[in-house]
Amino acid sequence: MTRAALAILRKDLRVELRAREAVPAMALFAVTAFVLFHFAFDRDALDGDVAAGTLWVTLLLTTVLGVNRLFVAEREQGGLEAMLLAPIDRTAIFLAKAAALFLYLVVVEIVALPAFAVLLLGPDLLGSLPALIALLLLADLGLAAVGALVGALAAETRAREVIGPLLLLPLVVPLAIAGAQATEPLFTGAGAPEDLGRWLGLMGLYATIFVLLSVALFDFLLED
Amino acid sequence: MYGRALKPLALATAAGAALAFGLIFFYAPIDADQGFIQKIFYLHVPMAIVALLGFLAGGVMAAMHLRTRKRVWDMRSYVAIHLSIILAVGVLITGSIWAKASWGHWWVWDEPMLVSFLIVFLLYAVYQPLRFSIDDPERQARYASVFAISGAAFTVLNFVAVRMAATYTHPRVFSQTGGNMPREMFFTFLVSLAAMALVFATLWTLELGSKNASERLRRARRRRGREADARALGLDDTPARTAGGSPPAASVSAATAPR
Repeated sequence: MTRAALAILRKDLRVELRAREAVPAMALFAVTAFVLFHFAFDRDALDGDVAAGTLWVTLLLTTVLGVNRLFVAEREQGGLEAMLLAPIDRTAIFLAKAAALFLYLVVVEIVALPAFAVLLLGPDLLGSLPALIALLLLADLGLAAVGALVGALAAETRAREVIGPLLLLPLVVPLAIAGAQATEPLFTGAGAPEDLGRWLGLMGLYATIFVLLSVALFDFLLED
Repeated sequence: MYGRALKPLALATAAGAALAFGLIFFYAPIDADQGFIQKIFYLHVPMAIVALLGFLAGGVMAAMHLRTRKRVWDMRSYVAIHLSIILAVGVLITGSIWAKASWGHWWVWDEPMLVSFLIVFLLYAVYQPLRFSIDDPERQARYASVFAISGAAFTVLNFVAVRMAATYTHPRVFSQTGGNMPREMFFTFLVSLAAMALVFATLWTLELGSKNASERLRRARRRRGREADARALGLDDTPARTAGGSPPAASVSAATAPR
């Protein structure tokens, strides 16, 4: 199963490297959103809860773009049928898609975080970087699991561009809560918050639940 | 057969609702703090609990559908979620009225129950659009089941997350154990909860029965239509009459006419 998953992941990354369909669009979307937030708030520098909220909302909305691309290309070009014909576990397809989304998100954040620090963030980013990286990686894990599940669910519907985002946004509310709450003290210059562990725990719980759910349910989405 | 349990269930519901209303207005004491408006508690909280359990039950029934592959479980799950969505609207409206009367605002963000309900409602509001934008009925049932199971798990997770984020200013009419509420209030609350559960059960049975009946009607109609077509085309058991060579064009138009 690992081999099959790795093979599909390698294929996805190669397609992405050559066609560049998802990641550049997501990064561009994030940076443009920062520009919009600058004008919407009419502020040159953000800090505290507003900065944390801006960063997390932007990243969560960026995920929507990635999720929309995740299965659509597969469906349009018949790649999924070939994968279903292959004698591999369906879970391998989920693992590969979630891993691909995870990597996309990490790359996008490598671009978006410095852009955020330069364009909008008031306090220095470097001091809060370790805690922020831990939060982002754990959130990406949860987003990858829930994104792959929602992507597969929405890909079969007639109005998938609408259903996907509508489904994803309520589902990521817990991540927005944990991310924004944990990041807010980092951006007020107060250093690492005491209850960082609590929010990391919530994100870990979220990721665990959705990985397990997706592994259990993914087979039923790809039956035919 | 569906619908057989409907009559006793409906009678029990009517009795339960009447008893609950009687207790609410003539037995339960007026809240010293909030006054008369506190009585909305007997509607709001049972509705919230029943809607929540409805979403969870929808998830369990969906799991049964995926296990047994019986369409009836998908129908049950669908009707439970459908009713819970309607109840959730009621929860949001009554909660909003209560908030306005208690705090002077139509919406308060620091009441975890209400906020969680809004999020859960926004998620389940996509259930029907998702379901009905899939054409193949078998796939529709499967995808809806996956949604229902994920939604049930999310509902629980979401309550944990929102509770963690909230500062606890919820009016504590009763604590986790129900200890600090007068006994009359708690008893009225329990009766209201039972009545609300009965309302849900009755509506669920009724809706399931009606769905089942209209499904059977559609099937019967289709069968009759097919038989009429077959007769018109001379394909039924007694073909001797039409075998004589009625013009094919006439029989085709006759076949399309009765539909």
